[in-house]
Amino acid sequence: MENNFEPKIVAFVCNWCTYAGADLTGTSRIKYATNVRIIRFPCTGRIDYNLLLKAFAQGADGVIVSGCHPNDCHYTSGNFHARRRWIVFKQMMEYMGIDMRRVKFSWVSAAEGAKWADIVNTTVNEIRELGPSQEYLEMSRQGVA
Amino acid sequence: MQALHQKAKELLESGKVQVIIGYGDGSGDRVRPVFISKAESASDLIWDDRCRQNLAVYLNKPEIKKLGVPAIVATPVVVKTIIQLISENQLKSSNIVVLVVDNDVVSELTDNASLEAYSAGHPVVFPPFVVKEIKDIAEMSIQQRNKYWQDELSRCFKCYACRAACPLCYCERCLTDNNQPQWVCVASHAQGNFEWHINRAMHLAGRCVECGSCTIACPVGIPIGLLTIEASRIVKQEFGQEPGLHCDADSAMSSFKVEDTETFIK
Repeated sequence: MENNFEPKIVAFVCNWCTYAGADLTGTSRIKYATNVRIIRFPCTGRIDYNLLLKAFAQGADGVIVSGCHPNDCHYTSGNFHARRRWIVFKQMMEYMGIDMRRVKFSWVSAAEGAKWADIVNTTVNEIRELGPSQEYLEMSRQGVA
Repeated sequence: MQALHQKAKELLESGKVQVIIGYGDGSGDRVRPVFISKAESASDLIWDDRCRQNLAVYLNKPEIKKLGVPAIVATPVVVKTIIQLISENQLKSSNIVVLVVDNDVVSELTDNASLEAYSAGHPVVFPPFVVKEIKDIAEMSIQQRNKYWQDELSRCFKCYACRAACPLCYCERCLTDNNQPQWVCVASHAQGNFEWHINRAMHLAGRCVECGSCTIACPVGIPIGLLTIEASRIVKQEFGQEPGLHCDADSAMSSFKVEDTETFIK
């Protein structure tokens, strides 16, 4: 069973850098894991942490969040705001006892097709090691107290 | 207390303020908030160490605003709250009178500078049991913390008393009341409880002045104040910003610095 586990990964990416980067991965004919479902956002600043929670609640085993490198944001400062949010969110989740190894944050520019393939592949391998996501689904399964 | 009664009487008689928000006699041994608008009732005010609820929560309520210019009997943490509300453009110090009591001497704080000076001179000191709780949780492993919060939050039945008691939770439309999409499960369900509490902490990150009103208000005794205390601790550690000190401070989570650093974004 263990070996057959194929993790479901949801990737929240920004339109201007990582989505274009993932496009480049494809047009460069670089093969990478098919476990990822890419969701396109206007900007990393738009990626609400509640979306990550919903992804886990609906059965994602891992999440990738990716956007433009600092100073490269199409809207000048969206990724800076996002970065602050992730710094607090990550530590807050860990404070509440949620394993954040399942969430990967990265900066992938439109020119970094190979980096995108690498990030997806590494994430899939790491999540495969961790096994299916349990903590969050466990919460969903519990009844009303 | 004599000095406070005298001051309240003077303020009401002179017409400088129309209502005093303070603490009065409550049921049992407790004190409760009172709103005094007649000078002869000024002696109903109580000031002792039972006065812990954060009265700043009333300042922006439409029902209270209708009563006229308020004076508020403020503990040091209430002064901090007022500064934070001013920095978020929710209050103007010219529209309120803040009364602080130190060794039975009552002083009026009426401008930003005097509020800031008072706040700087009165840092928040946690009671010993809170210091112990913070230390205990910091020493737990991630699995122990998961179990700890799951156990604590399992008692939550979403009464939102924490939201009502918090002077900084003032949004007229709250994320948790939104049902399309429904971000927070409305039932007192483990997942919904978790979502509510992490959202509350995230929304108060860098804003929580650590008054403890949410924990006092919680009817099932969840130490929820620890979550917002932790959120503020993270903000202070990472960005060096502390709430309730400067009336013109930027909000930590809606501003940024190019040189903010982290190690986990690859």
